Amino acid sequence: MTVLTLHARYEADADRLHPVPWQRMIWVTWRQHRAAFISVMAVLAAAAAFEVAEGLKIRHDYAALAACRPLSSASCQALNSVFNSSDWHVANTVDIVMQVVPLLIGMFAGASVLARDLETGTFRFAWTQGIGRERWTIAKLVFFGVPVAVAAAALGELNAWFMAPILPQENMTVMTATVFDTRGIAFPAWTLTAFMIGAFLGMLLRRILPAMAVTMGVYAALAVVTWLFLRPNYPIGGFWPAQLLEGAWLVVLSVALTAATVWLARRRAA
Amino acid sequence: MTALILPPGAGADTAERSSPVPWHGMLWVTWRQQRATLVSVPVVLAAAAVLLVIAGVRVRADYGNLILRGDFNNGDWAFAQAMDFLMQVAPVLIGIFAGAPVLARELESGTFRYAWTQGLRRERWVIAKLALLGAFSAVLAGVFGEVFAWFFQPFISAGDTSVTNGLVFDTRPVVFGAWALAAFMIAACSGMLLRRTLPAMAVTLGVYLGLSLLTGSFLRGHYPVSGFWPAQSFECAWLVVLSAALIVVTARLARRRAA
Amino acid sequence: MNVIETTGLGKAYGKSWALRDCKLDIPEGHLAALVGPNGAGKSTLMNMIAGLAVPTEGTVTVLGGYPAGSPRALDSIAFVAQDAPVYQNLSVSDMIHLTRNLNRRFDSDYATARANELAIPLRRKAGKLSRGQQSQVALTLALARKPRLLILDEPLAALDPLARQDFMATVMTAMADNGVSVLLSSHAISDLERFADYLVILSHGALAAAAETDDLLADHRVLTGPADEADRLAQTLTVVQDKRAAAQAHLLVRTADPGDPVPPGWEAHPVTVEELVLAYLRAHRKTPSAERSMVPR
Repeated sequence: MTVLTLHARYEADADRLHPVPWQRMIWVTWRQHRAAFISVMAVLAAAAAFEVAEGLKIRHDYAALAACRPLSSASCQALNSVFNSSDWHVANTVDIVMQVVPLLIGMFAGASVLARDLETGTFRFAWTQGIGRERWTIAKLVFFGVPVAVAAAALGELNAWFMAPILPQENMTVMTATVFDTRGIAFPAWTLTAFMIGAFLGMLLRRILPAMAVTMGVYAALAVVTWLFLRPNYPIGGFWPAQLLEGAWLVVLSVALTAATVWLARRRAA
Repeated sequence: MTALILPPGAGADTAERSSPVPWHGMLWVTWRQQRATLVSVPVVLAAAAVLLVIAGVRVRADYGNLILRGDFNNGDWAFAQAMDFLMQVAPVLIGIFAGAPVLARELESGTFRYAWTQGLRRERWVIAKLALLGAFSAVLAGVFGEVFAWFFQPFISAGDTSVTNGLVFDTRPVVFGAWALAAFMIAACSGMLLRRTLPAMAVTLGVYLGLSLLTGSFLRGHYPVSGFWPAQSFECAWLVVLSAALIVVTARLARRRAA
Repeated sequence: MNVIETTGLGKAYGKSWALRDCKLDIPEGHLAALVGPNGAGKSTLMNMIAGLAVPTEGTVTVLGGYPAGSPRALDSIAFVAQDAPVYQNLSVSDMIHLTRNLNRRFDSDYATARANELAIPLRRKAGKLSRGQQSQVALTLALARKPRLLILDEPLAALDPLARQDFMATVMTAMADNGVSVLLSSHAISDLERFADYLVILSHGALAAAAETDDLLADHRVLTGPADEADRLAQTLTVVQDKRAAAQAHLLVRTADPGDPVPPGWEAHPVTVEELVLAYLRAHRKTPSAERSMVPR
C-alpha cells in the first residue's frame, strides 16, 4: 500500500469517524480491576453470610428468651444475658461495620480506580488510545461503581432483616441515623457516592494513599453533616419519602462528581 | 519491573557502614522515610481534637442547663454517639495508614534492596522502625483518647452510658492506645507478608475487625480480673504482648525474605 | 501534508517555561529525530503533540490540521511514552486484547505474529519481561493500531545495543510497509544518525534548528583557516560555532547556497550529523536569551 492511497482512505474515513463503542470498556474495566472488584464482592458476600448466620442465631436466642418461664429463674437470666450482651455487641458491631462499608469501598475501590494509572504513569498509554480519556474515565466509573452499588443494595436489604429484632430492644427505629443509613435506597446511594468521592480525589491527588486518606475525611464530614443538619430538615416525613429524597441527592452528587472527574482528566497535563 | 529509586537520603548510609546504625540514626531514617505519615496523622488527629474541644465546651454549657431544664440536648447526644462511633474505627485507620505502607511500600517499589543488607541489620531495621512508629501511633492515640474522654464525660455523668459499656470501654485512653498499637503491628506484618500496600490495608481491616469482635463479644467476658482499671490494664497488657509478638514475626519474615 | 504543525507553541509549569516559541512543520513520510539534552523540553513537546499535555500558548495540529488530542488525532496517532509504560500485571496477550478494545482499528494478528517472531511469550506478564522486550511490546501495540504518525519518547534509552537495533528495524519496516511517519526523541545523537532523515534540535526549551537532515548537512560546512582572519570572516557569514586553536580557526558556518565559494586561504569540510547537532546545542547554550530556568520533564 502506498502512502498516497493510505492517505486518501483516511481522509474519506475522517468524516464518519465512529467513536470506540462503550461496551468495549466492560472487558477493559473487568480485566484491570477484577482483583479489586472480586475483593469488594467477596467482602459484601462475607458480610451477608455473617448477617444471615447471626440473624438466625439472634432470632433463636430471642425466641428462647421470650418462651422462658419463669423470667426470674437462673436459666432465663442466662438467656437474657446472652441476648443483651453478646448478641447486642455483635449487632452493634455489624451496625458500625455497615456504616463504614460504603467508606471502605470508596477508599479501596474508588480511590485506586483512576489514581493507579496516574501514579504509575500508565495513563500515558491509556489516554493516547483511540477511545480517548473522557470515555475511558466515565466507563471505568460506571462499570465499576454501579455493580458495586447494586450489590450494596442487596446487602442493605439483608441488613434490614438482620436488625429487625434488635431495633425495639435498643429503642431504635428505622429513622435512627445509623439505621436509616444502612438500608433501603440510602445504603447503595451512599456506596455510590463514596466510590465517586474516592475516584474524584484519586484523579485530583494522583496518588492512592493520600486519596484514600482524604476520601475518609470527606466522607465522614458528609455523613456527619447529613446526620446532624440535612436529614432533620428534610421537607418530607416518613421513611420511604426520606429515603427517596436522600437517594436522589446522593445520586445527583455522584453524577456531579463523575462530571468533575472527567473535567479534571481533560485538563490534566502529562 | 521494579524501579530502583533511592528514597531521599535514606538507606544509602546503612548499606555502606560496617557497624550497625546507631539508634539515633534509625530515628533520623525513620523520620525521613515516613515523614508524610508522621506529619499527616498528627495533623488529622489534632484537627479532630480541636473539633472535640469546641464541641466539649458546648456540651458543658448545655449540661449546665440540664439541671434547669431537666433535659439534656438531644443534638449533643446524637453528636456524641457519632463521635463515639468514629472512635471505634479510629485505631484501625491510624494503624492502616501508618502501618501498612511502612514495609510494603519498600517491598513494592524495590527500595528495600537499599534499605536492607544482610542478617541482623535487616532485622534491626525492621524492629527499630516498627517499635518507633508503633509507639508513636499508640502515644498519639492515647493522647487523643484523653481528649475524647474529656469530651464524653458529661454524657457519662448524665447517665446516658457508662465506662464499662463495650463501645465506651474501647475508647478510654489506655485501651484505645493499645488497640492503635495492635492495629499498626497487624498492618505492618500484613505489609511484610503481602508485599503490597493496598491488599495489606484491606487484610488489616478484616483481621482487626475479627479481633475486636471476638474481644467485645467473648474475651472481655472471660477476663480473670474485674473492675474498670484492672480490665483496662489487662486488655492493654495482652494487646502489647500481641504487638511485640507481631514485631518478632515481622522481623523473622524480613530475614527470610530473599532480596 | 504536514504530520506535525506547531505555531508559537509554549508550555509553562508554574512560572518556568519548559518550552517556548516553537514553530515546526514536519512533512509526512519522515523519521524525524527530536534531539537535545535532558531537560531540553523534548518530552514536553511530545506530550503536547500526543495530546497528553495542553499548551500554555500557541497551537499544535497533527495529520493536516486536526488539533492534538482530538478524537481524530488520537485515532491515527500512536504514542509510546518514555520507559514504555505497559501494565506490569497484565500478560502480553491481555495487553493485545486491551489495546484492541480501546481502538477502532487494531490488527491483533499482526501483534500476535510480532510477539511470536520476537519470541516473547504471550502469557507472560509484561512486568516479567526484559526492558528490551517491554519496549518491543509497547512498539508492537502501537504499530498494530495502524497509525499514520508514531511518536516514540526516548525509546532507546533503556535498551542495550542489540535491542536498539531490533527496535529500530521494526520501526523502519513499518515506515517502509505502511508509510508511517515517525517522531522519535533521544538525548544520544549517535543512535539516530543512521536513521533520521529529519532533525529537530531542541535546547533549553527552545527550537535551535529543524529541517531535513540532508538539507542541514548541505547548508553547513566547517571552514578551517588562519585565526587572525577569522573575526573578519565571521562578520560576513552565519557562524554556528567558532573554535580557535593557536593559529588556526575552525568555523562551522551556515551557507545560503552549497555552491558558495570558499574564501581564499581557507579550506572547507563537510559536517557530520553529530558535529552539527553538538554545534547547535553549544551555540544555543551561550546565547543569553537561553538562560531561562528550566524544569525537567
